Amino acid sequence: MSRIPVMKLKNILVVSLQVDLHDRLALELQDDVLRGLSRTGARGLLIDVSGIDVVDSFLGRILGETARMAGLMGARTVLVGVSPAVAITLVELGLSLPDVKTALNLEKGLDLLESSLQ
Amino acid sequence: MNGPRKPVALNIQSETDIVLARTAGKEMAQAMGFGLVDQTRIATGISELARNILQYARRGHIRLEAVNRNGRQGLEILAEDNGPGIANVRSVLEGSHHSHKGLGLGIPGTRRLMDEFDLASEPGGGTRVRCVKWL
Repeated sequence: MSRIPVMKLKNILVVSLQVDLHDRLALELQDDVLRGLSRTGARGLLIDVSGIDVVDSFLGRILGETARMAGLMGARTVLVGVSPAVAITLVELGLSLPDVKTALNLEKGLDLLESSLQ
Repeated sequence: MNGPRKPVALNIQSETDIVLARTAGKEMAQAMGFGLVDQTRIATGISELARNILQYARRGHIRLEAVNRNGRQGLEILAEDNGPGIANVRSVLEGSHHSHKGLGLGIPGTRRLMDEFDLASEPGGGTRVRCVKWL
């Protein structure tokens, strides 16, 4: 079973979603990210969704929960790469992600995290 | 003018089927000439309906079909199962029903993503959702 790679960049964990996730893979990713935070002591989490076409209510909920859980472990989360189509769909679905900070792309997300961690 | 599309029938009985169904929906929408935002609305709606089938009825099916009404093209999604059905359809449609498994967004959210939405269900009698996105 393939998993989503979780990479460490300085004190930040970076996850880039490039394939359409089925539910179990999304849950495994949540688990891997939290273990990664615990193992590395990373203080930031960057989740890039630019490679996926659909964020439905399930994946949206997992992303929001992951950010909340990471917060309990002392890490800030920034979600990047939300496309116009995904943004429109999430709002129409009624899904808000109040605990998740966002940035347009990976670079801006990294800047935001680094400045908030200083 | 895009060519006629054959209806697509999909069995829903595993998580992988949810992914297959929304991918099929997106491809069909793209082939019919829907823009990217509508393709995403359609794929997301299918994903919600397929997950509802899996969660509440364990199996069912989704049928995607290009429809034509008064010269207007649309993509119709029909999601059916023989599961336990819904006792209080109105509260589910309004989103005031919060199941323990989801956030209760699936049905009201899909309704907002689509142009037409009908839900027929009764306890013990399964659930049938029909929705259309017009081109």
